[in-house]
Amino acid sequence: MAGSLTARTDTARDRAGARSRRRRLLVLAALGAALLVMAALSIAYGAHPVPLGSVWRALTQPTGSEDDIIVRSLRGPRTLIGVLAGIALGVGGALMQGHTRNPIADPGLLGVNQGAAFAIVVGVVVFEVTGLHGFIWFGFAGALVAAVVVFLLGAVGGRGSTPVTLALAGAAVSALLYGLISAVVLADRQGMEAYRFWHVGSIAGRDFTVAGQIAPFVVVGLLLALANTPGLNTLALGDDMATALGRDVRRTRVLGVLAITLLVGAAVSACGPIAFVGLIVPHVARALAGPDYRWLVPFAGLIGAVLVLAADVLGRLVSGDRLEVGIMLAVVGAPVFIHLVRRKGLARI
Amino acid sequence: MSAVRETRSVPGRRVLRAGPVAWTFRPRTVLVPAVGAVLLLLVAAVNIGQGSSHIEVLDVLRTLFGGGDRRENGIIFDLRLPRTLAGVLVGAAFGLAGAVFQTIARNPLASPDILGVTWGAGVGAVGMIVLGGTRGQVSGAVAEFGIPLAALGCGVLAGLLLYALSWRSGIDGYRMVLVGIGLSAIGYNVVYWLLTVGDVDDATRATTWLVGNLADVGWESVTPVAIALAVLVPATLIYAHTLGGLQFGDDTARGLGIRVDAARGGLLLLAAALAAVATAAAGPITFVALATPQIALRLARTPQPPLAGSLVLGALLTVSADLAVRLAAPNLPVGVLTAILGAPYLIYLFVRSRQRTRA
Repeated sequence: MAGSLTARTDTARDRAGARSRRRRLLVLAALGAALLVMAALSIAYGAHPVPLGSVWRALTQPTGSEDDIIVRSLRGPRTLIGVLAGIALGVGGALMQGHTRNPIADPGLLGVNQGAAFAIVVGVVVFEVTGLHGFIWFGFAGALVAAVVVFLLGAVGGRGSTPVTLALAGAAVSALLYGLISAVVLADRQGMEAYRFWHVGSIAGRDFTVAGQIAPFVVVGLLLALANTPGLNTLALGDDMATALGRDVRRTRVLGVLAITLLVGAAVSACGPIAFVGLIVPHVARALAGPDYRWLVPFAGLIGAVLVLAADVLGRLVSGDRLEVGIMLAVVGAPVFIHLVRRKGLARI
Repeated sequence: MSAVRETRSVPGRRVLRAGPVAWTFRPRTVLVPAVGAVLLLLVAAVNIGQGSSHIEVLDVLRTLFGGGDRRENGIIFDLRLPRTLAGVLVGAAFGLAGAVFQTIARNPLASPDILGVTWGAGVGAVGMIVLGGTRGQVSGAVAEFGIPLAALGCGVLAGLLLYALSWRSGIDGYRMVLVGIGLSAIGYNVVYWLLTVGDVDDATRATTWLVGNLADVGWESVTPVAIALAVLVPATLIYAHTLGGLQFGDDTARGLGIRVDAARGGLLLLAAALAAVATAAAGPITFVALATPQIALRLARTPQPPLAGSLVLGALLTVSADLAVRLAAPNLPVGVLTAILGAPYLIYLFVRSRQRTRA
């Protein structure tokens, strides 16, 4: 090919790249603004609306008024946990789908959800744990153990973990744990009571202590996830190609699995399995940001947080807080998602 | 190695021809269902022998093939056979539906529960249990016919919705899977919302149904399943000749002369109907549909889930789990044991396998 032609296509590509970078930055900024608006709405709206001015006062200089108590002990923590869980599930889902190269991989596929649920059920039945603060550490421990087991099972035999073995190991271990959970809760009424409410997934009724407990894990997980994005971009070409390009596939995958475990384990142990967020958010993010994981991961985090808060606020508005966020998300979010999927030119993994 | 003769169009494989159709003969694709069927007969006989009056395996087999006395005939045909037969039929239907779904979606995680069919059926059944009466009052005719009918209706509805919403000038595998996720998320969350609405007794009954249960199955629920499967299974097996081409992707499949949209749409509806019928009879024994195609694929060493193998192994896994329920844990529903038995075996298979597998 002639040199001048190559140079011309290069500049054209640079210009197109700059344009798409500008567009993506704009969308990212819009998402950030949407998150702020949703957070403000989430704090202000509810059975007892608090004016935005009072919200600010309650956060900066509390006087102990009724508004202050509502903001500082109920809606503030609820909003913060919604943001943390939304970011964690969105990013965790994007990484999970990237590492398994499977569009129906949800962040719980690593066995994290069922591991947490199993540990909590065992905690309730055997150690008679009650209350959320006790649940959190049990849930987290269960999530970690399950993720490690799934990853090791996916990695032994053959040539290390491949997308298919990782996904199947996760599905098999999750099913096994689900069977064991069912066996326990069907025999134990108390376990059943705890399990069926925990299982739906909710961000209500948690205080700032819970947020403080999971925040460090979410932050570390997020940093690992961002560090994982260039690796994921090469893994998207297939494991063999990534190896040929000089990428250490095993290290990339270990890093990704670690990030997913921290993020999703934190979200699950604090809120229960909020199904669906981690499944659809990466697809929405892919439609907006394109396939580059360096963009996709921040997009997925912001979209996840906006979506969780929006579903929570909507649930409070239409049903007086009787519908948990997970249910609201699926019932309102799923039709939107299906509509999105039916568009022409759907972005694929 | 001797030279490959011209009649062998696949190197090293014998070709079987009958009129317009031809197969390559792979010993393991015949061996796996054959061995599976023998094992299935044995496990089923042992399962039938269990109960308040124990019957030996050989006596059960003799009775099944028509040589039993009046007492044995009465116990086996009137009382015990429905439960085991339901296990065989339901397991076979789930295995086949799972294999078809995984092949047309080209995704090893695609099973009827991910595509929304079983959760659709779950909405019908759990809604009937929770809303049909106060404090566990669903009983008699409503429980016997209402729950399976509601499950079947909602399951078929979910299948049709999946088909309609995935259709956009053709059925695309990727889009179908994503639409299915959306549908199953709705169904799943409605089910769990219903669980929190009802009281704890209804919730326990609903959970038992949701895990899959064979204990209360009688002839009145086996007969409709048997009739439905007698139509659906042959139709699926005949229609499935297109699956071999579909696995190469749409363009290649079209090049091979397959009408891709008609084939995929038809198979999708057939598999959804299979899953809905099976779910209505025994609840969503979801793990069977996910695991048996993958187990069969690894045992038969085929590139995609073999249909006959998945069918037989699905039945075998379900009946074995039912036997384990009877021997070890009489209060548990069979779905719990399918996962506890099947998951470790699947894990063992791919831990052991040296080859890399794709779909």
